[in-house]
Amino acid sequence: MDFLKLFSKEPPSKDVAKERLKLILIHDRANVSPTFLEMLKSDIIRVISDYAEIDERGLEIKLTKAGEEGISTPALIANIPIRKMKDTAK
Amino acid sequence: MGTSIVVTSGKGGVGKTTTTANIGTALAMLGKKVVVVDADTGLRNLDLHLGLENRIVYNLVDVVEGTCKLKQALIKDKRLDNLFLLPTAQTKDKTAVTPEQMQELVENLKNEFDYVIIDCPAGIEHGFENAVAGADRAIVVTTPEVSAVRDADRIIGKLEAKGLEDHQLIINRIKFEMTKKGEMLNIDDMTDILAIKLLGIVPDDEKIVISTNRGEPAVTDPASKAGQAYKNIARRLLGEEVPFMELDNEESGFFSIFKKLFRR
Ligand SMILES: Nc1ncnc2c1ncn2[C@@H]1O[C@H](COP(=O)(O)OP(=O)(O)OP(=O)(O)O)[C@@H](O)[C@H]1O
Ligand SMILES: [Mg+2]
Repeated sequence: MDFLKLFSKEPPSKDVAKERLKLILIHDRANVSPTFLEMLKSDIIRVISDYAEIDERGLEIKLTKAGEEGISTPALIANIPIRKMKDTAK
Repeated sequence: MGTSIVVTSGKGGVGKTTTTANIGTALAMLGKKVVVVDADTGLRNLDLHLGLENRIVYNLVDVVEGTCKLKQALIKDKRLDNLFLLPTAQTKDKTAVTPEQMQELVENLKNEFDYVIIDCPAGIEHGFENAVAGADRAIVVTTPEVSAVRDADRIIGKLEAKGLEDHQLIINRIKFEMTKKGEMLNIDDMTDILAIKLLGIVPDDEKIVISTNRGEPAVTDPASKAGQAYKNIARRLLGEEVPFMELDNEESGFFSIFKKLFRR
């Protein structure tokens, strides 16, 4: 018995592999490149800026999966921190 | 009219040729008339796995180019009268054949054989396109490693894009000791990640090397675990329900009973 392992909190490497693979495959299947995400990001900033002042550095866009376990439809999750709404939005 | 099955993987070296040789031999041992086709032009290996390398006169490229008749290029197996090999050229490259030519060739073979098993080269380029061109079904081979699984997923996507919906997975080189410790992706992990039906699991088995050394597929060795796994796979291909191999069974006998008692 490996006593060191017993006390460490590290998950077994196969779980790490599985989590990594799930994320990689979401990107592979959606055929999304990092440049695509960057382009999307700047477009979103442009559109939203008409309505609100946003914290561009805090803006986060990532691809995850939606739906039930096993059925992997890609989903875009955007986290857009708003500093202040613009008058046009009121 | 027979069935054509392509054995593919994306990533190289995961066991496509080993799988082709063993499934082909096992199906022939079950009485089917089988031809195994080497589609890895330029890097042919299937002849070595079957121990037929010294009998090659003509090859697949010769057939396609009209240098010889299809029958002249087929090589009968050493052991089984109903197993044949169609080797490919070693000194040509993959562009020597087109997908259309390959499709026609496979159609012709299907008229003569119950099963046409095609050994696909690694990669997703011309060689892959050729190998899948005439296939009715696909077997995707992978190993329990992140890179192999990723490439398998890519291949599954490609097969589906081609309308080759009948595809199943073989997980090769499972090391039971490692999966037990959580240090290797297990079968559930992999079928969970890859949305594909499981056709079989093959343990990592040193005897495979010995089989390849001798040019005798593992299925001809009754003591080989991998051979047994491939025999099960062949029966599943024929539509039989065969339970998946218990990878735990190296521990049998007196002590294992104690071990099992304490594990619970
Ligand atoms: N179940 C197994 N247990 C142990 N070794 C194996 C097993 N399956 C395959 N191998 C070994 O892995 C190596 C690669 O096998 P093989 O040539 O069949 O792969 P491949 O996918 O056809 O490769 P390539 O992409 O180069 O065509 C060989 O050395 C073989 O002996
Ligand atoms: Mg090969």
